[in-house]
Amino acid sequence: MKHTFILFGRSIKHILRSPDTIITVLIMPAVIMLMFVYVLGGAVKNSIGENVNYVNYQLPGILLMTVACGISYCAVRLFTDIQKGIFSRFHSMPISRAAVLWSNVLSSIVSNFISLVIIILIALLMGFRSSASILAWLGVFGILLLFTLALTWLAVISGLLAKSAEGSYIFSYPLIFLPFFSSAFVPTETMPPALRAFAENQPVTSIVNTLRYLLNSEPVGKEIWAALAWCFGIAVAGYVVALWAYKEKQPLFI
Amino acid sequence: MAAINVSGLRKSFKGAKGSVNEVLKGVDFTVEKGEIFALLGSNGAGKTTIVNILSTLLKPDAGTACVCGFDVSKQANKVRESISLTGQFAAVDEILTGRENIILIAKLRGVHEPAKVADDLLERFGLLEAADRRVYTYSGGMTRRLDIAMSLVGTPAVIFLDEPTTGLDPEARLEVWKTIKELSNSGVTVMLTTQYLEEAEQLSDRIAILHGGKIIANGPLQELKQLFPPTKVEYVEKQPSLEEIFLSITAKGGE
Repeated sequence: MKHTFILFGRSIKHILRSPDTIITVLIMPAVIMLMFVYVLGGAVKNSIGENVNYVNYQLPGILLMTVACGISYCAVRLFTDIQKGIFSRFHSMPISRAAVLWSNVLSSIVSNFISLVIIILIALLMGFRSSASILAWLGVFGILLLFTLALTWLAVISGLLAKSAEGSYIFSYPLIFLPFFSSAFVPTETMPPALRAFAENQPVTSIVNTLRYLLNSEPVGKEIWAALAWCFGIAVAGYVVALWAYKEKQPLFI
Repeated sequence: MAAINVSGLRKSFKGAKGSVNEVLKGVDFTVEKGEIFALLGSNGAGKTTIVNILSTLLKPDAGTACVCGFDVSKQANKVRESISLTGQFAAVDEILTGRENIILIAKLRGVHEPAKVADDLLERFGLLEAADRRVYTYSGGMTRRLDIAMSLVGTPAVIFLDEPTTGLDPEARLEVWKTIKELSNSGVTVMLTTQYLEEAEQLSDRIAILHGGKIIANGPLQELKQLFPPTKVEYVEKQPSLEEIFLSITAKGGE
């Protein structure tokens, strides 16, 4: 535990000293939010109803996209540490192997939290308003945290197995685009049948719907269970595969 | 008790299409306490494999390897407490400063007064002035010196230096040589690997040559020299090198 925190301190210094990484992460979701709200927002009103605040409507999808962009840096940092021999140095020292991995996971969660808060602040400027109670907000951040954890394990797998720095974050592209094929920006009823079937059964839709209900102080119904199941499922599967990859990559005495 | 004891060490790696590459075919050697021992071998001879096994990063297929009396396979954590590894590429954090790098290792090793340890090492390695600059601004020689300084945190009994001067320019190489020579006075056991005979000759008390997966020669420099053919004197006509041509032309142009 002690070692995890010492190494976590190192990762946090990395994040604070390279604010450009957070800015790079924010550009894509921020631009897409601006585009959807101001360019497409007017047209979308026909299918979601005149009275719906579109900034509110699309924010959950943008938040998930922010996380998908953010975790790519976790993969890059891990890859760089392995390539520079920093992992080997730590592994030849009397410190726990798990600490080396967990410190990266914790710092990914912290940096994604910072990005999420900034995106929410931008949305507030654009007219985002929420009637959610403190409890509902805790629910929103709880789900986002779980989603970040789940995706971070995927980033760890990619960082451990990648052959090049560029290759280490390619996995995040499909995740970034997943919200487009969900209920995040337009109602799924407007999509062609095959796409609609996919959109309604992929993880982003249930997570987006749950966040939307929580932010609008509406009952979450069954959606929240589907959302939690997806997040837990991906997190556990990702964790198991990441540990396997860790042992595979470092043929050591873990 | 010897600092390092290796006997019958074997290791193979699986290559492409199921081929097996047998890198170590029964390696034996012993390094005494306080000795500077050089493992000499060409690229791909298996020097790094031996270092990785001794520093608990890699499992041997057969044979035994003991560091400070601890078996690397059975008492890995005891071995890790007794050693430090300076790998083939300087494993330093470029985003942190030199001082922060040393303090990080000191905290991880649970050393008392990490800040004081850092100050002492920075001074000893001539890095005090650059201590609070981020490492990516360092020259190759400075980075390597910091790398070696980080390995001395917590005064490990045995230090592994894997090709400490590969990729450095001649000036930085001399800097690092000086650093390693100073280590020998502190009583620590050093095992270094190198491709250069000159480096082994300059730094070590004893040299072992790794070739074809086995140690083919092992002894002090004087002993090894007797194995080589006697020196011959030959007359060779020397062509001017491109550098000499360049220097002579530029000198004329300057007149």
